[in-house]
Amino acid sequence: MPTPTLVHYLILSAVLFTIGTAGVFVRRNIITVLLSIEIMLNAVNLTFVAFGRALGSADGQIIVFFVMTVAAAEAAVGLAIVIGLFRHRESLNPDTFTTLKW
Amino acid sequence: MGSDTLFYLFGAIAIGASLAVIGQRNPIYSVLLLIASFGALSGLYILLDAPFVAVIQIIVYAGAIMVLFLFVVMLLNAPHEETEYDERVHPLLRSGPTRFGVALAVALMVELWWALTKGRETGGFPEGSVSSVAAIGRSLFTDYSFQFEVTSVLILVAMVGAVVLARREPRRPRSPGNP
Amino acid sequence: MSAFLIAQIVLTLFVFVMLLSSAAVMVYAERKVAAILQQRMGPYLVGPKGMLQPLADVIKLMFKEELRPRAADAFLFALAPMISATAAFAAFAVVPFGAETTFFGLLNEPLRLQVADVNVAILVVFAIASMSVYGVVLAGWSSNSKYSLLGGLRASAQMISYELSYGLALASVLVMANSLSLSDIVNHQAGTWFGVVPRWFLFIQPVGFLVYMTAGIAETNRAPFDFPEAEQELVAGYHTEYSSMSFAMFFLAEYINMVTVSAVATDLFLGGWHGPFLPASLGWVWFLLKVGAILFFYIWMRWTLPRYRYDQLMRFGWKVLLPIAAVNLLATAAGVLYFGI
Repeated sequence: MPTPTLVHYLILSAVLFTIGTAGVFVRRNIITVLLSIEIMLNAVNLTFVAFGRALGSADGQIIVFFVMTVAAAEAAVGLAIVIGLFRHRESLNPDTFTTLKW
Repeated sequence: MGSDTLFYLFGAIAIGASLAVIGQRNPIYSVLLLIASFGALSGLYILLDAPFVAVIQIIVYAGAIMVLFLFVVMLLNAPHEETEYDERVHPLLRSGPTRFGVALAVALMVELWWALTKGRETGGFPEGSVSSVAAIGRSLFTDYSFQFEVTSVLILVAMVGAVVLARREPRRPRSPGNP
Repeated sequence: MSAFLIAQIVLTLFVFVMLLSSAAVMVYAERKVAAILQQRMGPYLVGPKGMLQPLADVIKLMFKEELRPRAADAFLFALAPMISATAAFAAFAVVPFGAETTFFGLLNEPLRLQVADVNVAILVVFAIASMSVYGVVLAGWSSNSKYSLLGGLRASAQMISYELSYGLALASVLVMANSLSLSDIVNHQAGTWFGVVPRWFLFIQPVGFLVYMTAGIAETNRAPFDFPEAEQELVAGYHTEYSSMSFAMFFLAEYINMVTVSAVATDLFLGGWHGPFLPASLGWVWFLLKVGAILFFYIWMRWTLPRYRYDQLMRFGWKVLLPIAAVNLLATAAGVLYFGI
């Protein structure tokens, strides 16, 4: 097994990103869609840290700090919206919310 | 040598757990598997000489955001995914947009793999310096202080928004006409 | 296998066994101290002065029948106590309990009495404390009973609310000691002022210590903040459906969390293993004494104070303790900046 280089980390992060993308396209449960978005954000974090290490600067870690904060804020608001939607239609399937009527 | 095997081990756990998150139907298990994936990513951050980010990943992602997800799943008593499709076919292979979505994701992965291995640079990482937390903190409060302050406003907005969006409708105001 | 590696493995096993026996000692001590406070005798039949009582309790728990409700999710039901117990033990891995020692010259280089010396030790303690929420919430969910679920959600909401004040109290110590490593923080507290008063952070940061202890007690679901457990008297708590060894693991986890909070408080605020009259290699004796004092304080509080109602508890955590902790952090930062402490 070859020693992991930057390209290995980037490929790992690309694979994780596509898994997250597949989850967003495919799953019919809003909460799992939000979880897939979190997977995508984590893949991006891994890319940032890997590049930060390869270029020898701490900026990669600082950007990750901000990405995590934004992910937390987005998860909180997204879940609040999910709760509101569930209260109205009693379903977590995004296909039930296709009409613009409330 | 040990850290090479650790990279492959953590990478395999991260990929396997993420596939299981999107592949299986019980939402509680999805959340727990995602926590496992975050743990593996935290290990990868330690291998990349970023212990601060690794611990922050556990504290923020695995310890706070996932608890929020778990609470919501439990409170909504999220049912298993509806099966108006044929039960025997796995969710990722069902006809219609599902199959198309899977094909699109596979195409994306192939493209990214091709693009990433095209570069000429194949050297390993430079001999490392672990960025100390002090250096990160100093940089965060001097070079990136504006972004830091904006982030604090963002968190405030998110908190207020979450509370407002998730609360129930307020009762009608009482007046002599209403009992 | 060098002698150093063997010594480290032995140290890890030693810490594990010590934690287990500390839980046993705590069970006995709690009952005896409670008895003395309530002016009665506590356990006195089993062994001299009742000292074998914890052994009798363990044997009883091992022989009880292991039940599981039929509708419970089997995997999560088995996993939850394991998460609680593992997080409790793992948090102690980065806590130093003695000075570097060469064990009277047996080793070539000094071995720090700490299982893992990481330079972000405080954050690791905090991270593992936030993982222990999962044991509680999964126990409540997997029992598949409405009362367990509500009890579990309330307990975990309490734990995550008090984690904020816990973290801010840790942050104020960090600002003063300028380092995240627990060994560095303890070494910062060596020596005395005027030859008499030890340089503990307790004297410079009394508010921080109070906030930390309050948040720690709330985190471990003890003393006046144990409404989620006391629900058993009224309704059910998160571990009602558990019996025998799973139940034992939950209470083992609770006692070991208490020991960890006390040990971290000793390292952060009470000077760790530094103390007069003893050479540095016997510093662990002072550590034990200080941890014992804090644990006695824990037990004393449980049997003295009435418990908070749940909404009073949450209100206290968010509206009183969190602002105090935040102001304390700001004041500490200002003090360090202007007075250079």
